[in-house]
Amino acid sequence: MSKITYVSSKGVSQTVDVLDGDSIMEGAVQNNIDGIVGACGGCLQCATCHVYVDEAFLPKFDEIEPEEEVMLASTAAERRPNSRLSCQLRVRPEFAGCIVTMPDSQ
Amino acid sequence: MSVLIIGGGQGGYQTAFSLRAEGYGGSITIVGEEPHLPYQRPPLSKGLLLGKQQERHVFLRVAEFYEKQNIRLISGTHVQSLRETPVSYEWLVLATGARNRHLTCPGAEHALYLRTLDESQAVKQRLEAAASVVVIGGGFVGLEIAAAARMLGKDATVIEAQPRLMARVAAPEVSQYFREQHEARGVRVLLNSFVERLEPNAVILRDETSVQADLIIAGIGVVPNDELAREAGLAVGNGISVDEFLRTSNPHIFAIGDCAEYPSRYADGRVRLESVQNAVDQATCVAKAICGKPEPYTAAPWFWSNQFDIQLQTAGLAIGFDQTILRGDPTSNKFSVFYYREGILKAVDSINQAAEHMTARKLIAAKANVAPDQAADAGFDLKSALL
Ligand SMILES: Cc1cc2nc3c(=O)[nH]c(=O)nc-3n(C[C@H](O)[C@H](O)[C@H](O)COP(=O)(O)OP(=O)(O)OC[C@H]3O[C@@H](n4cnc5c(N)ncnc54)[C@H](O)[C@@H]3O)c2cc1C
Repeated sequence: MSKITYVSSKGVSQTVDVLDGDSIMEGAVQNNIDGIVGACGGCLQCATCHVYVDEAFLPKFDEIEPEEEVMLASTAAERRPNSRLSCQLRVRPEFAGCIVTMPDSQ
Repeated sequence: MSVLIIGGGQGGYQTAFSLRAEGYGGSITIVGEEPHLPYQRPPLSKGLLLGKQQERHVFLRVAEFYEKQNIRLISGTHVQSLRETPVSYEWLVLATGARNRHLTCPGAEHALYLRTLDESQAVKQRLEAAASVVVIGGGFVGLEIAAAARMLGKDATVIEAQPRLMARVAAPEVSQYFREQHEARGVRVLLNSFVERLEPNAVILRDETSVQADLIIAGIGVVPNDELAREAGLAVGNGISVDEFLRTSNPHIFAIGDCAEYPSRYADGRVRLESVQNAVDQATCVAKAICGKPEPYTAAPWFWSNQFDIQLQTAGLAIGFDQTILRGDPTSNKFSVFYYREGILKAVDSINQAAEHMTARKLIAAKANVAPDQAADAGFDLKSALL
């Protein structure tokens, strides 16, 4: 279990426990956090689990695979250097304390 | 102010979600016959069967979501008639989906089907003990099940009546590619094959060939759940008939998703689609209409299927095409097929080409026309057709 903080586009933050091995998208669903949709269930079809990852944690995650790169080009909100699709971010103990900010639209 | 949603699947859930997202303050009730929280079906024939995805991840939301959003969820309840609904309503949304068509041959009771979570679990359990699996029907779901069985080390056979796989929706080039890929991974593909009868451990074909099977699964298409509409006297065709606003012949009753037949601007006529995109986007459209912002439903169709490590993605509708163009080389395992009718681009199938698929979604939505010779030219920049 690792503590992950989800910050809404309005700046409201919620810190919850996410099971190691679950994705940050799945962690949001399991903890009933609004702002991440995940319409395709995490198979890189929809780009509705877009998050901005806290810069300090960005290098800890695996690099963006080409398939994620493709979908990041189709996010509803602006893509930024720290944009990721949260279905691709699998939680490991070293991500404890990670902060992700959700965009205002998915 | 109240909305009653019948059917707690992908479309029913999304209607409730989108209503609240649009700020709808009235009461929302979802009545569904399955004894589960709303869940997604795509993993049922993919990750869930393979044990790659855990069951808790198929649910669209946890129970707390419905409480907090003040969405009343009545599970395990089959609505028999629109004359006696569990609650009264101002707006009714029919999101009843479809059910599997069943075999009618002698011994049909020996086959399993896969539509629901419970059925997926039953198939998964039976797969564990099975050495050989026969899948009747070479459509998307059947091929996904065959791929999963093979990946689990089972002897797998697909029996298809048509001369090629996915014949209803795919071009011959695509059918051929998937046949080769399945065969290369050890799936036996029997085309032009008609099932005569089932025995507990064998499928007998019309020519009396017997195919051994510890487990028989049939994926031979679906039938829309349109009985409620039919009984209520609403117009019904191949599914519940709705207009471009997804309204049935009663303007207070909408129908969406697998159960609804609607006029599509991407087909020259009415269609009934079975895809996550269709259920989600139609639900969103209906939620807006109920919130006083009616707009015609115009979202461009897209779909995906995963078989082994191969991803097929479709944009648009490959209905009634008269020309197909191959872009790329199937032997590289990355290619697309462009479907045309009277020279107009109607659909694009992309194999292991996510970027090209995403461009195709935009081309189809924009009704941009890439000429057949441009599509055939791998050097032609598809995005330039969007400018
Ligand atoms: C195994 C499988 C794999 C799939 N894979 C993909 C894929 O990879 N990509 C893709 O895009 N699509 C896929 N699909 C299709 C997609 O899941 C469906 O198109 C989608 O679920 C349709 O949503 P819906 O809300 O219309 O119907 P459903 O999700 O089927 O929900 C309808 C619900 O209504 C209930 N119901 C029906 N009648 C009544 C009644 N009278 N009273 C109460 N409840 C009732 C049903 O029990 C059901 O729970 C797949 C489908 C299956 C079965």
